[in-house]
Amino acid sequence: MIRHRVWLVLALLAVLTVALVPASELGAQGKGTIKIATQSPLSGGQAALGEGIKLGTQLAVEQLRGNLTKQGFKVELVPFDDQAKPDVGVANAKNIIADKDILVVIGHLNSGVAIPSSEVYKEVDLPMISPANTNEKITDRGYPSVNRVCGRDDVQGPVGAEFAALTLKVKSVYVVHDKTTYGQGVAEAFKAEAEKKGVKVLAFEGTEEKSNFDPIITPIKAKNPDLVYFGGIYDQGAPFFKQAREKGVKAKFLGPDGLDSSDLVKIGGKALVGLYYTTAAAPSSSPQAKKFGDDFKKKFGKNPEPYAAESFVATAIALRAIESTVAGGKAPTRATVAGAIRKVKYTGMTGAIEFDDKGDPKKASYYVMQVSSDNPEKWGDNKEAQRLAIAAPPLKK
Amino acid sequence: MSMDFELLVRIFPEVLLDGIILGFMYALIALGYTMVYGVLEFINFAHSEIFIAGAFIGVEILLGLQGRGLLEGFPWPLVLLLALMAGMAASGLLAVTIERVAYRPLRAAPRLIPLISAIGVSFFLQDFIRLFESLWRNAFNLVYPSMDALNHRLELTATIDVSVKSLVVIVSALLMLWALHLIVNRTKVGTAIRAVAEDQAAASLMGIDVNRIISLTFLIGGAMGGAAGVLFGVQYGLINPYSGFIPGLKAFTAAVLGGIGNIPGAMVGGLVLGLLEAFAASYLSLLTGGAFGAEYKDIFAFSVLILILIFRPKGLLGEVVRERA
Repeated sequence: MIRHRVWLVLALLAVLTVALVPASELGAQGKGTIKIATQSPLSGGQAALGEGIKLGTQLAVEQLRGNLTKQGFKVELVPFDDQAKPDVGVANAKNIIADKDILVVIGHLNSGVAIPSSEVYKEVDLPMISPANTNEKITDRGYPSVNRVCGRDDVQGPVGAEFAALTLKVKSVYVVHDKTTYGQGVAEAFKAEAEKKGVKVLAFEGTEEKSNFDPIITPIKAKNPDLVYFGGIYDQGAPFFKQAREKGVKAKFLGPDGLDSSDLVKIGGKALVGLYYTTAAAPSSSPQAKKFGDDFKKKFGKNPEPYAAESFVATAIALRAIESTVAGGKAPTRATVAGAIRKVKYTGMTGAIEFDDKGDPKKASYYVMQVSSDNPEKWGDNKEAQRLAIAAPPLKK
Repeated sequence: MSMDFELLVRIFPEVLLDGIILGFMYALIALGYTMVYGVLEFINFAHSEIFIAGAFIGVEILLGLQGRGLLEGFPWPLVLLLALMAGMAASGLLAVTIERVAYRPLRAAPRLIPLISAIGVSFFLQDFIRLFESLWRNAFNLVYPSMDALNHRLELTATIDVSVKSLVVIVSALLMLWALHLIVNRTKVGTAIRAVAEDQAAASLMGIDVNRIISLTFLIGGAMGGAAGVLFGVQYGLINPYSGFIPGLKAFTAAVLGGIGNIPGAMVGGLVLGLLEAFAASYLSLLTGGAFGAEYKDIFAFSVLILILIFRPKGLLGEVVRERA
């Protein structure tokens, strides 16, 4: 009896194999597959932003692959989870470069992950377009395959400092950062410019603490600054600012784009209403951005997080570069795509984008926003306090 | 030198309070390590997850009440008591289950084996909680609903004020430590626990059911950990499945500092470590003019720990009443 069953199973398997092989070969009957990879944290404390990057890219691939599909290519998205950890990002990067069909990487969320991972992509000239990494080093290394569609921390930090000094008119600031490449970098840029503008920097503290901020807040409360600046990401910034407010710190709050996520108020609640943050992610006010927001909500059932729009734009640029290099119906090499990306002129919901010779957008927009509600659903309604378009600084030699 | 003595003096009471709260939190967690060590001479590395499981049960109770619109309706001490009881029950039962499944079958094995089993349980629980919460709430970070009554600050003097929730943490910790003291020293069960800690074979000859007493030790230690978890959530507001690891490690250190296996030692160790950490974080940058910041708090606290252990290798209270869990 048992032997019969074994044969039956084997026979079934054989039939299935025969039935499936031609099917998969039919799919590949076109000119081949073009894959676009994303790398962002899909699990852990920063997954809200990381998933936005993946979904923004997915939407762009699905809406804009038509031209390539018509020419017989299959265009696919391959999402990777870098867990916001440099070692995971690098391990993923090695898998990515091994898959010859992957022509572009859209990622990452964290500069500290993007920098070592892009060292791997660069080995094989695999182009990366970052929707969110603002650290200077991303592009200042001068790699021809590394680009970003957002602004830089050495501009974002000073934009915040200028806003604090000239608009908020604060006299003193207490600076705290998370000791990461991103958080400390932007906090240092903020501090330097604040000092230049005559704002007294009372302290510059780094911390990896995630839950108990009491001993850091007590000196802040005693020194009573006009402003507290936090260089870091919302999963740490939200409990820090919340505990500071609850402990009686009266200062105004300011931070960089790492705070730009609806999870900030989900964690911090009404204590964070009124907080200011600088960001390189465009607010969803333009008609194009509205359409993107509607499409996004229809497809995924939630509002796009910041940098989902930038991921869409980055993917659109990547697809345009690939289209321009599909010669004679053959998929292009990674190096030609990298070269073509630098030549793309694209105007989308975040404005006109054209890369300079380091891979920075020639002009990037920076926004200062203010949290207007403790309802995470209304994150998109945050008030725009200031907007600036600034050219990326030239490479220091 | 930019030392600001006036400022140092002014913030002293508040830093002291920060340290005491943190210290009691460590003390409550440290009890779980120290009681189990006292009885089995084994370090239960899964205790940090037993602790954070309590915090998760607490937040689920509070979120459940909030979802039904009952959070504001009930008086807050009742709500808090409910969350504490649930957290204690869940963590206590979890600890007993872990002992039954992962440690008891290995009791005769070489000492390293249950230790590895404990680390395995710890990883398993972290990711189990993560999986459960992502399926149930699609969330990684969970936020304790904030209750206005608990955030209210009482003015002690013109410059010192303290939030109601901080007082709740201190009072509940003291009550629980006192209750534990009574159980261990004044009841028959407590005598049995101490007997098993002293000599398992002799205790069983005297008619004590050793397995039951060991389960009971895990139950009490786990329940204390669960209570600490709920208090941790109430005090600091945000938890995730991995939040237990660092406090667990620090509490284990506190247990060693006080003399592992020794209950009053865990309390003293917790308080010393909490105070060291709070003072280092608040004072280092003021004292060194910004050269060493709050980020050095752990280095400072652990250097002191090493120094203490050099001069008192069995911990602060280790030799006085050793082996009396």
